[in-house]
Amino acid sequence: MKRWITILILAGILLSEPMSTSGRAASWSGVDETVIEKFAEKAGRPAREPFINTDQGDLLLFVFLLAGAVGGFAAGYWFRVLFPTKQRTKEKKEAHHGSTSSP
Amino acid sequence: MIDDRIITRTTVTPAKAGVQGNRAPLSRLSRTDGIAAVGKGGTAPLFFLSLVVSLCALPAPAFAMHISEGILPISWAVLWYAVALPFVAWGLRDLRRRSEETPWFKPLVGLVGAAVFLISCMPIPVPSAGTCSHPSGTGIAAILIGPGLTAVVASIALTLQALFLAHGGITTLGANIVSMGVAGAWVGWGVFTAARRLGLPWFAAAFLAGILSDWATYATTSLELAAALHGDGSFTAMFSLILLAFVPTQLPLGILEGFLCAGVLKFIRSRRPELLRTVPTGGAA
Repeated sequence: MKRWITILILAGILLSEPMSTSGRAASWSGVDETVIEKFAEKAGRPAREPFINTDQGDLLLFVFLLAGAVGGFAAGYWFRVLFPTKQRTKEKKEAHHGSTSSP
Repeated sequence: MIDDRIITRTTVTPAKAGVQGNRAPLSRLSRTDGIAAVGKGGTAPLFFLSLVVSLCALPAPAFAMHISEGILPISWAVLWYAVALPFVAWGLRDLRRRSEETPWFKPLVGLVGAAVFLISCMPIPVPSAGTCSHPSGTGIAAILIGPGLTAVVASIALTLQALFLAHGGITTLGANIVSMGVAGAWVGWGVFTAARRLGLPWFAAAFLAGILSDWATYATTSLELAAALHGDGSFTAMFSLILLAFVPTQLPLGILEGFLCAGVLKFIRSRRPELLRTVPTGGAA
């Protein structure tokens, strides 16, 4: 219960703050823009376009979704290998036991 | 050109891809000495929290710590490649050796690689600063698979991001590997090992490792930028300025990474503690 309360408070802070300030212009840019590129431009070394520029219209959204799907699948696949469910563990043990006990 | 790039940057989803391609040695896994029993329902809060964090990241405009293409002069780009390469090479050798010793090590590296990729380009809004940034995930990676292999998975993640996600750059790849995959990993691993040797509990040690690995990553990025861009000015002054500019965003985000690191370790301890046998000053329990 105590853990759930902590989680809920944390979730509330995380959710409510961005929502309450979503109307602000020029907010929520990454620190690469607000820090790195700002200092680089001041020093006369502005960033240039990537070699493969996917940052065009919705193309970036597409590649991120694709990357998310592949990454999510990879992470889920290895997760299931490393953390099998109780049922799968039981089945494996039974199968192993059956194969070793048969003549 | 830069302004156009910034303007055209639109909402991105937080999910990204990390690919660490190794076949699942299920048959080999079954030969390990038993899968840990399922924990006592401790996963629901973690899942809920991760869902909330993902939801928060959804409308964020863009990226974070990676140094963009073309910012570093070529001499500095080459130097950082030269610094990064031995660490990556050592990590690859480490992978071969440790996967021969431990059957489940390759799946673990695969999972950690995917996680580092996903975490390292997930923009998280920081309300106190009004900006977005991302954790690096290399602290927990270094604890689980070692700092050498963390350099390898970070370099794969950073290469994919630089090539296809307009995140970071090919010329700045060496510098980004050094800050995230080398400095972040070694600091995380070092802090965790030292904290455990000093007798701190697992949770506290992992929390500290997560925080400090995140801050070390951004401190190294500041150093790389200051070294390359200070020109005739003072290196120390520029380094301090860049570091200070990171503080409003990275201070809270580092704390979040600390919780992430400790939470993941707690989850693994409850679900499959034998995975932590290779952890420094570890053991199964």
